[in-house]
Amino acid sequence: MSWIQDLLVKNGLVVAFLATGVLMLLTHWLGKRFTGGRIPGSAIAIFFGLVLAYLGGRITGGKKGIADIPELSGFSLMGGAMFRDFTIVATAMGASLVKIRQAGLAGAIALLLGILVAFIFGAGVAIAMGYRDAVSITTIGGGACTFIIGPVTGGALGASSEVITISIAAGLVKSILVTIATPMVAQYIGLNNSKTAMIYGGLIGTTSGVAAGLAATDPKLVPYGALTATFYTGLGCLLCPSILYLLVGWIYS
Amino acid sequence: MLIYGVAVLAGCYILGQLTGEILGRVLHIDANVGGVGFAMLFLILISHWMQERKLFTTDMEQGALFWSKMYIPVIVAMSAIQNVKGALSGGLVAILAGVIPTAAAFLMIPLLAKLFHAHPETTTP
Repeated sequence: MSWIQDLLVKNGLVVAFLATGVLMLLTHWLGKRFTGGRIPGSAIAIFFGLVLAYLGGRITGGKKGIADIPELSGFSLMGGAMFRDFTIVATAMGASLVKIRQAGLAGAIALLLGILVAFIFGAGVAIAMGYRDAVSITTIGGGACTFIIGPVTGGALGASSEVITISIAAGLVKSILVTIATPMVAQYIGLNNSKTAMIYGGLIGTTSGVAAGLAATDPKLVPYGALTATFYTGLGCLLCPSILYLLVGWIYS
Repeated sequence: MLIYGVAVLAGCYILGQLTGEILGRVLHIDANVGGVGFAMLFLILISHWMQERKLFTTDMEQGALFWSKMYIPVIVAMSAIQNVKGALSGGLVAILAGVIPTAAAFLMIPLLAKLFHAHPETTTP
């Protein structure tokens, strides 16, 4: 049977495409079937990814999650820094300057404040829990923004895989919390008009959570929230590994 | 041609990463400073510039859009290769770093909405 293993190892990246596709098919079904679409399938898929990584670590004793299993080693290419950064940059394709102007001043301030608040409180938690190096603090602060900004920041700054994992998990907690909490608190925070939806999108920023949360609140508001939220990850990837890292480093030296 | 779009994307990516590396060297920190963010900025500006001059065809856009749609699957794959076993001791940090900043951001919404005079009646179609 070793020739089957050889075939899978040789075509690692393609095997990873197939495995990820099957996994996401399953998680989207689970999301629809058991949460009525309230929790986005992509959030469940990322959670399952972390579970797989845990299992991979348990089975092999290695540090690269599921990629330590030879047949699934293609995951390390598909989920590696190059593809991650390349696909994230590609998401900027959806953003147009016209739309940026539409969001206007309120959207821009909401975006900046949203990233700053999430980062400061996230970094604060990291410090309170005993992290003392600027790279780890900045990475966890980035994770408190979104599950993308954390690993991008950690990757750029050279954070350890443990800290990057914590940052992904923090972003995931945020995404799920936003999804569940938005419809529940909507009436208390005045989330019933397009302008507040744009402010909400900029302040919260985690795109899948914002879209799912608004859809459960009032589907008409989705495009307004998504409009500002789409810029959140890009802006966070720009600010966290640069100005905010320098600030943290300046405080901690 | 689809590949032209992919090439524009790749060009912006490399240019952004270069900018991040150069900035890191200038600032004397051993890190890529905001490379991904710069790359996104370049892509927005260049694709806008090209679209205005009708140089960016739908075909080219498709090439770049394919990769943008691959980003969640890639993030899923990325989660699957993390050292989760080693990070489990930090589970509480993850939960706190997810919950506290989110609660803070939610509290800011009514403040900003008031600041920018958002009212239900201003809802635009």
